[in-house]
Amino acid sequence: MEILNDMLLYLPAIIITVAGLIVMMVDAYTKNATMIYTVSVASLILALAASVYGLFGPTVDIFYGMATTGGTAAFGTALVVAATLFVVVLSREYLTSINHNFAEVYTLILFGTVGMIVLATANDLVTVFMGLETMSIALYVLAGIVRDEKTGIEAALKYFLLGSFATGFFLYGIALLYGATGTTRLADIGLYADAGLIYWAGVGLLLVGFFFKVSVVPFHMWTPDVYEGAPTTITAYMATAAKTAAFVSLILILERALPLAVEQWSGVLVVIAILTMILGNIVAMVQNNVKRMLAYSSIAHAGYVLVGLAAGTAAGYSAVLYYLLAYTLMNIGAFGVVAYYERHKGMQFNSVDQYAGMGYKQPFMAVLLGIFLFSLAGIPPFAGFIGKYQVFAAAIQADLIGLAIVGVLASVAGVYYYLRVLVFLYMKEGTEEIELTQAGFPYRSVLLLLALLTIYFGVLPGGLSELLAGFHQGTLYSGTPLP
Amino acid sequence: MSVLTEYVWLIVAIPLLGFLINGLLGLSSEGYRKQKTLIGSLATVAVFIPFLMAVGIFFSMGADSEAVVVRLFTWIEAGDFTSDIAYRVDQLSILMVLFVTGVGALIHLYSMGYMKDDEGYWKFFAYMNLFIFAMLNLVLANNLLLLFLGWEGVGLCSYLLIGFWYGDMVKSEAGQKAFIYNRVGDFAFLIAMFLVFVSVGSLDFDVIFAGLSQIPGDYVFWIAILMFIGATGKSAQIPLFVWLPDAMAGPTPVSALIHAATMVTSGIYLIARFSGLYVLTPEVMLFVAVIGALTAIVAATIALTQYDIKRVLAYSTVSQLGFMFLALGSGGFIAAMFHVVTHAFFKACLFLGSGSVIHAMHHVEHKLHDKGKDVHFDVQDMRFMGGLREYMPSTYKTFLLSTFAIAGIPIFSGFFSKDEILAMVFNAGLGQYGTVYFFLWGIAVVTAFLTAFYMFRLTLTTFHGSFKLPKLIGAAEGSEKYLHESPVSMTSALWVLAVLAVIGGLMGVPDFFVSTFTGESAHINWLHGWLEGVTHEPPLILSYAVKWTLLALAIVVAVSAVILAYKVYDHDRGVATDAAIAKRFGGLYDLWSDKYNVDEIYETTIINPLVKVSDRVLAVFDIKIIDGFVNFVGAFVRFFGGLFRYFQTGVTQNYAFALVLGVVVVLGMLIFG
Repeated sequence: MEILNDMLLYLPAIIITVAGLIVMMVDAYTKNATMIYTVSVASLILALAASVYGLFGPTVDIFYGMATTGGTAAFGTALVVAATLFVVVLSREYLTSINHNFAEVYTLILFGTVGMIVLATANDLVTVFMGLETMSIALYVLAGIVRDEKTGIEAALKYFLLGSFATGFFLYGIALLYGATGTTRLADIGLYADAGLIYWAGVGLLLVGFFFKVSVVPFHMWTPDVYEGAPTTITAYMATAAKTAAFVSLILILERALPLAVEQWSGVLVVIAILTMILGNIVAMVQNNVKRMLAYSSIAHAGYVLVGLAAGTAAGYSAVLYYLLAYTLMNIGAFGVVAYYERHKGMQFNSVDQYAGMGYKQPFMAVLLGIFLFSLAGIPPFAGFIGKYQVFAAAIQADLIGLAIVGVLASVAGVYYYLRVLVFLYMKEGTEEIELTQAGFPYRSVLLLLALLTIYFGVLPGGLSELLAGFHQGTLYSGTPLP
Repeated sequence: MSVLTEYVWLIVAIPLLGFLINGLLGLSSEGYRKQKTLIGSLATVAVFIPFLMAVGIFFSMGADSEAVVVRLFTWIEAGDFTSDIAYRVDQLSILMVLFVTGVGALIHLYSMGYMKDDEGYWKFFAYMNLFIFAMLNLVLANNLLLLFLGWEGVGLCSYLLIGFWYGDMVKSEAGQKAFIYNRVGDFAFLIAMFLVFVSVGSLDFDVIFAGLSQIPGDYVFWIAILMFIGATGKSAQIPLFVWLPDAMAGPTPVSALIHAATMVTSGIYLIARFSGLYVLTPEVMLFVAVIGALTAIVAATIALTQYDIKRVLAYSTVSQLGFMFLALGSGGFIAAMFHVVTHAFFKACLFLGSGSVIHAMHHVEHKLHDKGKDVHFDVQDMRFMGGLREYMPSTYKTFLLSTFAIAGIPIFSGFFSKDEILAMVFNAGLGQYGTVYFFLWGIAVVTAFLTAFYMFRLTLTTFHGSFKLPKLIGAAEGSEKYLHESPVSMTSALWVLAVLAVIGGLMGVPDFFVSTFTGESAHINWLHGWLEGVTHEPPLILSYAVKWTLLALAIVVAVSAVILAYKVYDHDRGVATDAAIAKRFGGLYDLWSDKYNVDEIYETTIINPLVKVSDRVLAVFDIKIIDGFVNFVGAFVRFFGGLFRYFQTGVTQNYAFALVLGVVVVLGMLIFG
């Protein structure tokens, strides 16, 4: 009977799996697009409710220790499901407008999300791998879903090749860790402080696998090409839900499996974070394509997240969770508006000069884009600011002052390219004659909701911060090794 | 604590909601902007509901109720500094809320008629609601930071609304002028706030009031004086008063709400709120009184010479605010608050009345244009008016009643409040720095005379005599038939305010009206009883004989000014009389009509040197050094960006190579690090 109880705690993943199967069947027999969409949205709403409920539940190991519930894992689940829900609503209108509203998109998104949930709740390296692969395979296909665009196919193939390459490293890391410690259970690996060369090689390759998924320098090279080539709402999905799941899993691994090696991995994260923040921001500055700019910006943001992780403290982990929430909200929002502009001129409409004067054509959308960009730039009173503040504060508390300074300087540079878009929107005369039609009601509502949440979590961070801080109290490494 | 008190945050939140609804829907939907009735009613209701709630809270309170603090949440937390969003319900704040929302709702109602044909109708009402939201934050705040949020918020709304017709350069410049002058005061206020935090360790009112006795004397002095400088900005006192007359560029309801009834009184509220601090430093009190008295007489003399009806009222507002500061400086905190409330009634009514007149004059101009007559005249210049009482009876009657009130004619509201102020100043003459206060009292009496005089000059020139437009401009012959009374939505607001202007004084009928005869202490002065617990007003030590003498003197001054004004201004003698006065006073009159050249003095001593320095020194530094550095950094970054981009070849093998390099680095660090 224990297994039934465990399944109840795993409800979000189960709901979405069932929905994915139903969508597949509906597609095979009726091809009723409305029904497919309705089932997807309904299942995601149910799963969201279940995962928010889980947020207040206990932190226990389930399925004989293969997965975990509550706390960080539950927050990751809720965030992934919410992001998917937003992306599905946006995708329907966007994909319809570019004539690619296929049923398999929904199936893939739903199964991909299941993979992300498995990843975010994994308590064993085998589960981590399972989740990671389920998610990645869905993403490979989604990246190339616009089959008649050359860039789309190219992106998908590149993503797949490099992804497989990274997976190889990752799997090898698991094997080495198993060899060094004799277990794949996170908490059991955590008992080892230093198990020699094999152990360190295993840790290193494991980290590399994650670095690839969250696209930090120098494992990021696929990102701009794939983000640019994929349909924009799918890019939003990859940039937010997938990254969130990977980061949440990384937190669980760092805090459960590697608490005693914090000094070593923290050193690695500091180097990677510095490289990522500098390169991500600098290259973003010279981009003229907004979508590509957002791709580099998402690399830079992964760098900020690493700053919080490098702290290796409770404050750092909760700061990262807050950051992921802020990042998800503002990034889906920004990609959502970009997708809205794009559909009037096709997928090539992404150059920043083409945005000239658009601010006055549909003021509502432009104002929302402004909110998301300000938040991405880390300007108060938006969520992005609080997120950045918290990760940098955690780094300073952990005596990583140099890292925090680099981070702050890098984000100052970031202001340039975000505001540049606004300059074009509002202060340049448009040359092209484009008639913007209004977006549909659900589309506008989702974007408005994202903007409101971005403001809400920027003005009132208190409640959520307390909840997140509660996840890590007394349960993990906090300066002295556990007995 | 009543249930309603717990929900006091709704009083603040509802106008914000009104702003959001009208603002967002107006911004996003063309169709919504045309629903003018809906927009206007929504905005009005969003102020009226808070008013009803305030009435409910008011009746659940007594004069001896303790202050209730409703804490919503922690707003800012940084180190050992915290600031809450917390609202304080006590006798002082609820009094402010009552008249802000009450008068506010009436002016919203009036605006529905006044702004009917304006394109930016939705924007106007959104801003108005935002203003009410900010103003309520200001008066309800339980800490200085939240108060400052409201303080800046009302400043922002004032700026937005003065420059509401921003297509006109003069108007948008007036908005900027108001904003910049206010910034000067705000800067002082900010420093006062820092000093409070340094000396008390908190910005919460409870903590500050409890710790007043522990603040070192120097700090008390500087906090009090800097706070007052902040107040001179917002409440238009010497030396920062010049923005208020220019602020009349905004729509008239804005002048009535923001620049007469509510925002400009926030400086008085601030000092009354901190009366416990001010009584500790008599020097600052004297300073406040001197500035107040000087402002009162300076503005009154300027008002005597102006022809633009809104400008007369603007200078009159500055002068009346001076009166209130004089009261504060003399220890009359309750007297000042009393005048704040009565002034809100009669001055709002006067402004709305002037709006009604301007509305009518505009209509005349439009009609003449429709008839193909190319006539242009200043619709606010009273020399073109006259005789309007025939055509606009409601406007005339309400305007006259309010003029009686401001002039201080017995039983009208202004009579009681002004008399109390004079008595308090006289009372201060018996204490420290007595001679100076006696002198200030003399200035106040003269100002009271001038007030009655120039207000009747305005009323008589505008409403009595004959309509002068056709006489002055030949092409406007017969234009009096286009004059008409304003719609009911406007006149009904006028009537409510006029009634309040008449009876509003009854809340502060002096106790000695009864106690002189019964020989026992009486408590008919409701307002005194109400505010006694929250202010630190020193007792009145005057004898009955002195009190009655002062009262009689006030009546004589007011009535003689009115009679004199009737003698010289009635029957179309306005312009001739002004010329006669100008002749008699000579250079002094020129000084008045040139507004003491204050703007010119600022121009030559501050603005021009500043512009020169910016032009010749700072601009050069900015372009050569700062921009040069920025450009250098930019070029540097671009170079590297380009370099990195070069590595982004698009070839998968290269990407894989970078990946492997990364693996080597990571493993190297872990294994050998």
